[in-house]
Amino acid sequence: MDYNFNFAAVWRDFDLLMSGLGLGLILAVISIAIGCFIGLLAAFGMLSKNRAIRWVSAGYVSAIRNTPILVLILFTFFALPQLGIRFGKIESFIVTLSVYSGAYLTEVFRAGLIALPTGLREAGLSIGLTEFGTKLNLIIPVMFRNVLPSLSNNFISLFKDTSLAAAIAVPELTFYARKINVETFRVIETWMIASLMYVLACYVIAAVLRQVETRLAIPR
Amino acid sequence: MSSPVLEIVDLHKRFGALEVLKGINLTMHQGDVVSLIGSSGSGKTTLLRCVNLLEEYEDGVVAVAGEQIGYTKKNGKRVRLSEREIARQRAMTGMAFQHFNLFPHMTAMHNVMLGLIKTRRMKKDEAHSVAEKWLERVGMLARRDHYPGQLSGGQQQRVAIARAIAMNPQLMLFDEVTSALDPELVNEVLSVVRDLAKDGMTMLLVTHEMQFAHDVSSKVIFMDDGRIGEEGPPDQLFRQPKSERLAAFLKSSKFS
Ligand SMILES: Nc1ncnc2c1ncn2[C@@H]1O[C@H](COP(=O)(O)OP(=O)(O)O)[C@@H](O)[C@H]1O
Ligand SMILES: [Mg+2]
Repeated sequence: MDYNFNFAAVWRDFDLLMSGLGLGLILAVISIAIGCFIGLLAAFGMLSKNRAIRWVSAGYVSAIRNTPILVLILFTFFALPQLGIRFGKIESFIVTLSVYSGAYLTEVFRAGLIALPTGLREAGLSIGLTEFGTKLNLIIPVMFRNVLPSLSNNFISLFKDTSLAAAIAVPELTFYARKINVETFRVIETWMIASLMYVLACYVIAAVLRQVETRLAIPR
Repeated sequence: MSSPVLEIVDLHKRFGALEVLKGINLTMHQGDVVSLIGSSGSGKTTLLRCVNLLEEYEDGVVAVAGEQIGYTKKNGKRVRLSEREIARQRAMTGMAFQHFNLFPHMTAMHNVMLGLIKTRRMKKDEAHSVAEKWLERVGMLARRDHYPGQLSGGQQQRVAIARAIAMNPQLMLFDEVTSALDPELVNEVLSVVRDLAKDGMTMLLVTHEMQFAHDVSSKVIFMDDGRIGEEGPPDQLFRQPKSERLAAFLKSSKFS
């Protein structure tokens, strides 16, 4: 093979790639935060005594999980404006990724809720907390700590999904990589660097999240 | 005379087709200590749980300090009280559970403080000093910053008792608080309960520790298949059981 590697063209625009990586991280953080909120509501919804609430929650989860995320991204960005719901491309992507992550987190939280001992709720009630107070002070905090490891996994996978935002021209890492690729024709170099950046970022995220997990873990 | 701390009148409770409580009557006054004994499945836990409405009951009345728990009459119909009212009523009693049920993500101190702050609306400082007092009482002050997972079963149970009693309830409910403990840890918990009894705390307790029930109770109730099989002062019940069933039960539980 007599390909001459030339990284110079890519290095010249490295700051663009870095800013793209940064945006991807921000998108992931915001989306998973909103997704946690949606997921929590839907998880309680799936365990509700009210059949209608159960159906709505379960319907949301299965509809989202059975649709490819790229389709959801394109639907939100191109189809919703036709129905009069308009956002910028970044907002549009955040909406999509939040709703998408919410569906996966629903399953995580639901499993976490089911695994809690019933005694936790009863002890809360016995000291005079309301059902809501019990959820707020006991059920959610304990469940959340218990599911942190699966939350971390979800976060990393959602971070990688931000690369799909390139499809609607959100200027994140993959978007810039494609741009640099087109402008410089350094195909191998560009995608090698971009891949490496994703890999390294995921390692760093995983390491940070492990720290968070240890810090928040329930001492025993 | 003031109204009884606990008054149960003709209480019925069923789980689906299974009637578990078949007409229970019980009156307790300030300072009474009543022990419920009886074989497994006779309805002791369910009776206790009806008193703070962890179980709903269909028929009869459970009243704490003259106030019916969980329900009221509207136009002659029995209606459930609001969530908030029920929460307030539950705080009139304290409960210690067989499996402690401490809040695993909070230190011993915070376990005790939570209800004081959220339910009793105390300021943090006040809650802290009340919690300190009760943790000291149960011999757990030195471990106040430990989490439940870092404590032995006996220690967890003592914190759980402090958590309940710090709320200053009118009545304490104890459901087999020693039966999940290793034998060598039973006494440290029983002595805490004994101590509270000596102090005049009104208590309704389920126990399999017959000697303890004998020593601590003003009255013992033998539960038999959802009914009160026999009741009376401890000496009478343990020394001169009237029914075959109680005699057999005492024999099997090796009371000497
Ligand atoms: N949540 C429940 N659902 C159905 N049956 C129950 C439930 N809790 C208790 N029971 C039944 O009620 C009866 C009394 O139980 P319990 O009050 O726990 O007895 P004890 O505490 O005396 O051992 C048992 O037959 C038990 O199986
Ligand atoms: Mg029981």
